[in-house]
Amino acid sequence: MQLGSRLGLTALALALGLGGAANAGTVKIGVVLPFSGANADLGHQMDKAFDLYVKLHTKDIAPNKVELVKRDEGPPTGAQAKTVGTELITNDKVQILTGFSFSPSAIALAPVVTQAKMPMLISNAGTAWITNLSPYIARLSFSMWSPAYPMGAYAYNKIGCKTTAVAYTDFPPGKDSTEAFETGYKKVGGKVTLSIPMGSPVQVPDFTPFFQRIKDAHPDCMYVFIPSGAHATGVMKAYGELGMRKAGIKLIGPMDLIPDNKLQDMGDAAIGTIVMGHYAVDLDNQQNKEFNEEWHKAYGPDSYPDFMSAAAWDTMHAIFDTVKKLNGDFSNGEKVIGALKGWSTVGPRGKVSIDPQTRDVIEDEHAMEVYRKPDGKLGERILETVPQVKDECKALKIGRCAS
Amino acid sequence: MSHAANIVISILFDGLAYAMFLFITSVGLSVTMGLMNFVNLAHGAFAMVGGYIVVSLTRSLGIDFVPALVIAAVLVGFISVPFERLLYRHLYKATDLEQVLLTIGLAFMAIATFTYFYGPIPKSVPLPHWLEGDINLGFRAFPSYRAFLIIVGAVLVTVLWYAFERTNIGARIRAAVDNRRMAESVGINVDRLFTLTFAVGSGLAALGGGFAIQLFGLTPYFAVLYLVLFLIVVATGGLGSLKGTLLAALVIGIIDTGGKYMFPQAGNFFVYLITVVVLLIKPAGFYGRE
Amino acid sequence: MAASESMTRSVAGEAARSRAAEFLLRRHYLRWPEALPWLIAVGCFFVFPDRMTFGSQLLIMIMFALSLDLILGYAGIVTLGHAAFFGLGAYTVALASIKLGWTEPISGVFFGGAVAGLVGIVVGWFILRYRGLTLLMLTIAFAAMLQEGGNIRSDFTGGYDGLPGLTFDPLLGHFQYDLYGHTNYWYALAALAVVFFVVRRIVYSPFGQALTGIRENVRRMHSIGSPVHRRLVTVYAISAAIAGMAGALFTQTNAYVTLTVFDFDASAKVMVILILGGTGRLYGAFLGAAVYMIFEDKLSKMSPTFWQFGIGLLLVLAVMFARRGLLGVGDTIRRKLAGRRAP
Repeated sequence: MQLGSRLGLTALALALGLGGAANAGTVKIGVVLPFSGANADLGHQMDKAFDLYVKLHTKDIAPNKVELVKRDEGPPTGAQAKTVGTELITNDKVQILTGFSFSPSAIALAPVVTQAKMPMLISNAGTAWITNLSPYIARLSFSMWSPAYPMGAYAYNKIGCKTTAVAYTDFPPGKDSTEAFETGYKKVGGKVTLSIPMGSPVQVPDFTPFFQRIKDAHPDCMYVFIPSGAHATGVMKAYGELGMRKAGIKLIGPMDLIPDNKLQDMGDAAIGTIVMGHYAVDLDNQQNKEFNEEWHKAYGPDSYPDFMSAAAWDTMHAIFDTVKKLNGDFSNGEKVIGALKGWSTVGPRGKVSIDPQTRDVIEDEHAMEVYRKPDGKLGERILETVPQVKDECKALKIGRCAS
Repeated sequence: MSHAANIVISILFDGLAYAMFLFITSVGLSVTMGLMNFVNLAHGAFAMVGGYIVVSLTRSLGIDFVPALVIAAVLVGFISVPFERLLYRHLYKATDLEQVLLTIGLAFMAIATFTYFYGPIPKSVPLPHWLEGDINLGFRAFPSYRAFLIIVGAVLVTVLWYAFERTNIGARIRAAVDNRRMAESVGINVDRLFTLTFAVGSGLAALGGGFAIQLFGLTPYFAVLYLVLFLIVVATGGLGSLKGTLLAALVIGIIDTGGKYMFPQAGNFFVYLITVVVLLIKPAGFYGRE
Repeated sequence: MAASESMTRSVAGEAARSRAAEFLLRRHYLRWPEALPWLIAVGCFFVFPDRMTFGSQLLIMIMFALSLDLILGYAGIVTLGHAAFFGLGAYTVALASIKLGWTEPISGVFFGGAVAGLVGIVVGWFILRYRGLTLLMLTIAFAAMLQEGGNIRSDFTGGYDGLPGLTFDPLLGHFQYDLYGHTNYWYALAALAVVFFVVRRIVYSPFGQALTGIRENVRRMHSIGSPVHRRLVTVYAISAAIAGMAGALFTQTNAYVTLTVFDFDASAKVMVILILGGTGRLYGAFLGAAVYMIFEDKLSKMSPTFWQFGIGLLLVLAVMFARRGLLGVGDTIRRKLAGRRAP
């Protein structure tokens, strides 16, 4: 869409000004997450993290306050997110938008936040070129390339994957993740022997035909990308049933493969899986220990945080720090983005920061292996850490990341 | 074992397991639609409920997987009776559209209720040891769970076939499917017959739902996610036909598995292609009437 | 005696026939209650100026439901794949703007409609030979195949991340698009008005009569020599074109489109909306869409789970007690009131 008319902008400025003046010191945060539909569990994971952080740290920003206005992101079509996001800006007069489980939601809103000069801090959506779409978009979660690209080199050099078969759910995150892996992998000399799209993200498919084909091709390793959730359990079951580990094919992938809240269900089949990820419940640092303690206190012993909750936690932390820095004055969107650029902290994921050039996240990526802990539960141990990984898609200017 | 032969065996085995799942879950829908001309889009919800009953029985009550399957099937069979008597009965004469609307409404209510009680996070079931791992037949190893599914499916096919073709009740059902008025006029109590077939069909759907947990994972949305697939099996098989449902399940199961193996880029394209081709040639399905 | 009887009868018959003829001729005159939905739509702009983004999407949904009413309500064709045409219109406009530089919005909408309509003719010619479950499955399969095909060629369609950042010329060369969605609202409203009056014309024409005849008793229509198949294909194509225009508007108002426009959920939703409002009544589309989307908006803010339960319950109750949809309920109330007034 073309830039708005002067009338619209003036009205907006007046409205935002009025809104700002009426509640000096209360920063309204628009939270857009999927609260309904088949993906509601993703929304809940992040929502819990947001709420927990706000509850525990409201006193830190006194006398300023935050107010969360939550709206349903809807299905990954982008249309509902656009309506909801636009109305958060025009109606509810929020001063920053956050959340966004699905890339299409963030993509749809990009022209709107540019027009409204509204800062948007993404806590999940992973398509690499999203941050290029608007100077007001920053991201603290990850880019599809963050875990996948370093996994390529790691798999070849450290796991002994001379040949790898690649399998992915047939939608943009799947394609992006495997493209990232293959770029990093081929660079160091790896050979990709098969590339298998595995159906749409909506239904969990029967993975057996895809995995059987990989088994018949005997690669050293298989890199699998699936949306975190029910697919992950299906993958692990198929991998176990077909006896692929016994056949000598290692299972590798990004951490979507072993979401923390489903790991315990996966059984023995998961042991030995190596993933590259920026978070695991077992991550051994002070902030993560506290994070897990608070989480269990608030949500019970059977509930676990995961990489989405950790990202949401850091996101709210960043917003809070910005509230402190700007003393509750979010009326200038550019200033807010300016404060976010270069922001860094040590959180449950270790050291994370927002790259001032790309406004995307820089974080550690850990190679982790699933093992059975002495107490009988499944856990992840860190094999190696690739420190402070940037998004290589933008760095190497590949495809859509170039613009 | 030659490579090509290996591939063929893989496709046949996996396709057969998938087909058995489709058959078990869809056969009830086919018979009720053929018998009473009632479009029951809540059928998937019965499968979903069966799945959750199995989850609760195995996780909370510690009951083993296989007995839990049986209990779930029987329970759902019983639960479906009041639905039929109190709700569906009034709409046998209604238009297709109204039946669609009513049963979709019920499906939504079921999804919302189970989301409320179980949450949206996918569930899995603990399996007994003998169902994990595989069976080694010398030339090849076959995953135990799917082998079990195939065996159960085969047994059910035999039992149902026998019941349909060789028993009195089966004959009465077939008569009522062919020509309800005629059947009523020779003294067959079609209403009671329908309640029975509805209960059995829903129970079988629950069984299918229980099996599906290990294959696809279980969320409340299971009720509608796979509904289109069940409708495809029923439509291509022919309403009210056991043979037709079985043939359709086999065709779709094996061709879809084969397609995913050989041409994974095509996604679900093959399933829809089969649907269109079959329906354009035989609009009533393989063994449908008229 | 006999002569005068037959005279009386023929006079009575004459009178009845001429009343019937008058009724049929007069039906297409505009009645004053018809202005109501339009006044409300215009009024909403002034009462809820900050909900106009939502408002545009509501108007687009009404247009989509209207297209479905033509085939479902008037011709009796049951389809769960109408999103196929919505999606075709949506993607035509998007691809035209990217590949052909066709950014003029109004002609873009017509282009989208035309493409969808043409596809409607071809598809309709094949599948409208069938009815019932067969037809239903064929419509579902067609929409699904378009979606899968779109994913296979995601280099072209952008797949599920779609085609973002579309730009369109200002409306009529003058009206820019603003953050509040005001321009888009008037645009959608004007488009809906045009489409609606065209549809209304069709429905009250002899062609429309024939459609009702086909819906009520197709065998009889065949026996009186009515070209049933040709009529069905025609109305299906017109319906497809209108759905395509709604899709085109969708892309333009969102400046973005993804493959989810072909979702089965979208086809199911528009059908639920139409039946809720009342089929075969034209205004059922308005009422159903308004009730459904407003409820969805309000209730899902409170609790998405309750919203889903609520809409399910509403559907069940609608079928049990309000078979002709909400408009049917309105009719019943009106009749009861009228009945009470008569002495």
